[in-house]
Amino acid sequence: MRRLLYLLPFLLFIGVGVAFYMGFQRDPRDIPSALIDKPVPSFTLPPLPGRPEGLSAAGLKGDVTLVNVFASWCIPCKAEHPVITRLAREQGVTVRAINHKDKAEDALAWLARNGDPYASIGADLDGRVSIDWGVYGVPETFLVDRQGRIRFKHVGPLTPQVVEEQILPMVQHLRTQG
Amino acid sequence: MRALLLAAFLAVSALPALAVQPDEVLRDPALESRAREISKELRCLVCQNQSIDDSNAPLARDLRVLVRERLTAGDSDTGVLAYVTDRYGDYVLLRPPFKATTLLLWVGPFAILLLGGIATALFLRGRRGVAAGADTAPLSEDERRRLDALLRKDDA
Repeated sequence: MRRLLYLLPFLLFIGVGVAFYMGFQRDPRDIPSALIDKPVPSFTLPPLPGRPEGLSAAGLKGDVTLVNVFASWCIPCKAEHPVITRLAREQGVTVRAINHKDKAEDALAWLARNGDPYASIGADLDGRVSIDWGVYGVPETFLVDRQGRIRFKHVGPLTPQVVEEQILPMVQHLRTQG
Repeated sequence: MRALLLAAFLAVSALPALAVQPDEVLRDPALESRAREISKELRCLVCQNQSIDDSNAPLARDLRVLVRERLTAGDSDTGVLAYVTDRYGDYVLLRPPFKATTLLLWVGPFAILLLGGIATALFLRGRRGVAAGADTAPLSEDERRRLDALLRKDDA
């Protein structure tokens, strides 16, 4: 009994070590969204100039939709763009976008250069709608179900791994839910 | 001497640059001071350990403007904080609220202090027992005879 007591500090040390080890594996930038399973905030964004369709809360109902928040000035957005393009063109996922605090002409030039996989884009010039979505750093990507509820959020550029392991299974699941 | 004084004066008067830009400041000083207090409670999500009142990040600026807009619209202080936590979660609060999920955070240090106190008290009580000889048995008849013999030998 007495001898076990002498082991206690060592065991405590091991416990604290494991807790720190696991704690430091977590990305401090990855903040849980307060909006998961809540309906998308009510918003209406105008289209980029010369385009027919913007983005609104009503427009996100009816289909499982990936909502990507991007900006032409954001470098990781360019990195994830091929991944999103493949998701839209090859996997048949509806992808819409919020263009975050951008100049319209910059955004249009960026899309002309990098391709435009988006079914529609809402221009959030002052970033106010992005705040309603709880966006704190572009790129961010949301998955919205048919009822218009936010079901998943990814902060940072989408990678093929995130798409394979999280987004596609979630899209499948949400589609069968009807 | 005068140059030294001047240098000292200038050093003292060089206040830290404020993140809050002049164009954000509200005209009503009472509202502005409330806005400042609220801003100090809110975490800048880009630079995480700064409040939005301290941070120069664009998002911090947007949130400062938003806080002032809500106040001008007549929101209470808690109303403004609720508006922001509805969007960003409790994580934006620099002082985490007391909830079931934060129980360990708030109570943990006191629980550890209490456990340490109990352990120390038990340890000290055990040691006092040894010092007072409370756990030593009285001498047996045989031991007493030997002790007497030794003492007598000394006297002789």
